[in-house]
Amino acid sequence: MAAVRTSSEVAANRLAIVAVLVVTIIFLAPIYWIASTAFKPRNLATTIPPTVVFQPEISPFVKLFTKRSQLRTPPTPEEYAAAPWWERVVFDGGEKIVRDGQGQVQWSGYPSRFLNSLIVAITSTILAVGMGTFTAYGFSRFKVKGEADLLFFILSTRMLPPVVVAIPMFLMYRAVGLNDSHLGLIILYTAFNLSFSVWLMKGFMDEIPKEYEEAALVDGYTRMEAFFKIVLPEAATGIAATAVFCFITAWNEYAFALIMTNRRAQTAPPFIPSQVGSGLPDWTVIAAGTFLFLLPVAIFTFLLRNHLLRGMSFGAIRK
Amino acid sequence: MATSMITTLDQSSRAAARGFSDISIRNLFIIPTILFLIVFNIFPLIYSLGYSFTDFRASTNAPANFVGLKNYRDLLNDPYVWSNFAITAKYVIISVAGQLFVGFGVAMLLNRDIPLKGLLTTLLLLPMMLSMAVVGLFWKLLYDPSFGIINYALGLGTFEWLADPKMALYAVALTDIWMWSPFVMLLSLAGLSAVPKHLYEAAAIDRAGPFYTFFRITLPLVAPILMIAVIFRTMEAFKTFDLAYILTSQPTTELISIRLYKMAFQEWQTGRSCALAYIVLIMVLAITNIYVKYLNKVKER
Repeated sequence: MAAVRTSSEVAANRLAIVAVLVVTIIFLAPIYWIASTAFKPRNLATTIPPTVVFQPEISPFVKLFTKRSQLRTPPTPEEYAAAPWWERVVFDGGEKIVRDGQGQVQWSGYPSRFLNSLIVAITSTILAVGMGTFTAYGFSRFKVKGEADLLFFILSTRMLPPVVVAIPMFLMYRAVGLNDSHLGLIILYTAFNLSFSVWLMKGFMDEIPKEYEEAALVDGYTRMEAFFKIVLPEAATGIAATAVFCFITAWNEYAFALIMTNRRAQTAPPFIPSQVGSGLPDWTVIAAGTFLFLLPVAIFTFLLRNHLLRGMSFGAIRK
Repeated sequence: MATSMITTLDQSSRAAARGFSDISIRNLFIIPTILFLIVFNIFPLIYSLGYSFTDFRASTNAPANFVGLKNYRDLLNDPYVWSNFAITAKYVIISVAGQLFVGFGVAMLLNRDIPLKGLLTTLLLLPMMLSMAVVGLFWKLLYDPSFGIINYALGLGTFEWLADPKMALYAVALTDIWMWSPFVMLLSLAGLSAVPKHLYEAAAIDRAGPFYTFFRITLPLVAPILMIAVIFRTMEAFKTFDLAYILTSQPTTELISIRLYKMAFQEWQTGRSCALAYIVLIMVLAITNIYVKYLNKVKER
């Protein structure tokens, strides 16, 4: 931009800054609303006018993790006094925590779904990035016949709409008993992320000077040794960035999980919407579940901030 | 195939003498990935191509009967399916145009010296990183006619966003614009920062007005990267499933992916849905092809 000189240009610049702030606030409002609703008492979640200032509560999270039922009669003062703090907040909301015969607290479906999401996302990320790194190195350093076509083939597998792939996969998984299994989802997410990881890693590999390995080869390293001892450490940043992208994609994925799982291996994305049944949903609990689910992605976004452009354009555009 | 790919390697070199040769390393590194993708992406598609010529229903044990091109013929003559494509086209246009407008607009605003620019940019990028399904669900509360903050903030009373069949598609598109404008913004910022400063200086010396500068310098130079953003978002919007499926169940928001999902997993018309999947697949591959051509073009610059 030309240097700012006249007073009207200064004013225009100030106006732009104000506009940016307004836009940022608008864009963040929905996320802020999720975070704030997650700490509200239930009766303040759906008020008119909306409640902005309130005493934060932890009760939505207690309710998120436990099975509850309506209280027919309020607890006696003794019961209330004997209950731990986390049970009292549920009593305060007119509900009680469900316990089994031995008095063990019954967990809600959320913790196991969250754990499933972690298992599936982490395993598929390791597989996709592992295989992708090797393949990217292969494409980056060696002559491969029909390289452009192979790379297009790899990319196109990623572009397929999930539902299109899910129909035959569902039938095949049903035939071999992989429906509603962690392994089934892990394979799907690995296949989905592998193409992405190859494309992104190839960009990072291309940036590592060939001379490094050539020097090592002259020094008597084998190609394998050169790859593991010279190339991999150089590619560490790229591998980390690719891994975070793959993790986020697998973590967020909804359509495959909806179709391929229903209980045992169900991940959080199809589970969270299923909490909205008929009648008035408890939005504080949904917000609490959403908040915990979005937290890792939000943290990763900050860690990734310098690689976002590259990742989102499949490594095509580099800063 | 493997033998034809072999390139010459000096057999007397020390690297060849011990350990793997370059050729075997290359094959070892590339072939497993290709095989994996063939088994888990291509083989299923061949499998469903076969089913697309049958009347198979996955909900029954009845054997599949070969019906030839009947599924394809029926689908292409089905006004219902055509209306799903029309809805999808409308959705793609609204949402991509909105993202282009908002994303490029915000990038223009951000493309100057602003305190905390890095932090603001990262915060603005947050929506696109989040799960469409999970955040989309929460937009149901934001859109709620009686206690949603959107109606409250805009003073719209009890305006129906999702319950009104006419409005629902726009509401879904609006959420999509919120989520994906940051993507267009990110690419636009990269394009804007690559415009050589001396062009603006030359324009200033020539006393070119802001409109002239924008249309003759900024826009033409950013256009290729904007094009990438548009093609990529078009492809993604065409495939949209999560957001529309979560937000509403209006027939007016039944995008082609949703129709496909219902046909396959609710009506269990497996054979027919495989045929529809193939029609969608060909369309997506066509857009992907354009996208990759463009990517390579921009990369070369």
